[in-house]
Amino acid sequence: MLTPTHVVMFSLALFGIGVLGVLTRRNAILILMSLELIFNAANLNFIAFAWARPDVAGQVMALFVICVAAGEVAVGLAILITVYRNRSHINVGEINLMKW
Amino acid sequence: MNAQLAVFVLLALVGVCAAAMVVTRRNPVHSALYLIVTFFSVAAVYVVLHAEFIAAVQVLVYAGGIMVLFLFVILLVDVTREEGLRRVGKGHIAMAAVLTILVIVPVGFYALGTSPETTADLSVLTAEGGNLETVAMSLFRHYLLPFEVISILLLVALVGAVMLARARY
Repeated sequence: MLTPTHVVMFSLALFGIGVLGVLTRRNAILILMSLELIFNAANLNFIAFAWARPDVAGQVMALFVICVAAGEVAVGLAILITVYRNRSHINVGEINLMKW
Repeated sequence: MNAQLAVFVLLALVGVCAAAMVVTRRNPVHSALYLIVTFFSVAAVYVVLHAEFIAAVQVLVYAGGIMVLFLFVILLVDVTREEGLRRVGKGHIAMAAVLTILVIVPVGFYALGTSPETTADLSVLTAEGGNLETVAMSLFRHYLLPFEVISILLLVALVGAVMLARARY
């Protein structure tokens, strides 16, 4: 019998892998991809509990999260292109414009 | 172990394996393709959980829109300097794996053993031909203001992305 706990564990695995990617990759594109994994983990929780209660409001929230993720990716990739134009790489270890 | 659980476990395994490949591949194009696999498996899980409309949106927006954006930027940006996962010692990896298994396996079995089964009436979610109508009713009745705010957010993100990526400003 499928329970919300199963889905939450799947979501936890995706979240953990996403955090691993954010922390270990140097390429900014890969960091954005790992962020997408984390967004998907959050959405899975919304859908799981919308299914368990059951209440359709959780699905509406998942829709909002998808919208925010789309906006985030658009702005993030635009920033990446700008950084690449100025520095010819997108290695986050060497981008130090805002460090002091 | 009924069919629903079996399908879910299969999809979850595919999703987790593809996600692991996303963060470990050296070539960003391979990572993007594995990310598409993850998105599709998550969308299939949404279908299992009676969220057909969200599954469709997931495929359209993520696999259709966002991944095309990612692939375009990968092609625009020189990524030959990518070096894969940051170098960590084998001892650290082994220790992290052992600690993870020691913690996750007992906690997971306990959580699964004590998890309540969903006996609620699913007629709120399941409708004939998908749940598009129920989602739309909730979205446009109770969440109309957030919907409009989200549309403004997307407009601002669009303008900001064009502004940032423009050659000279």
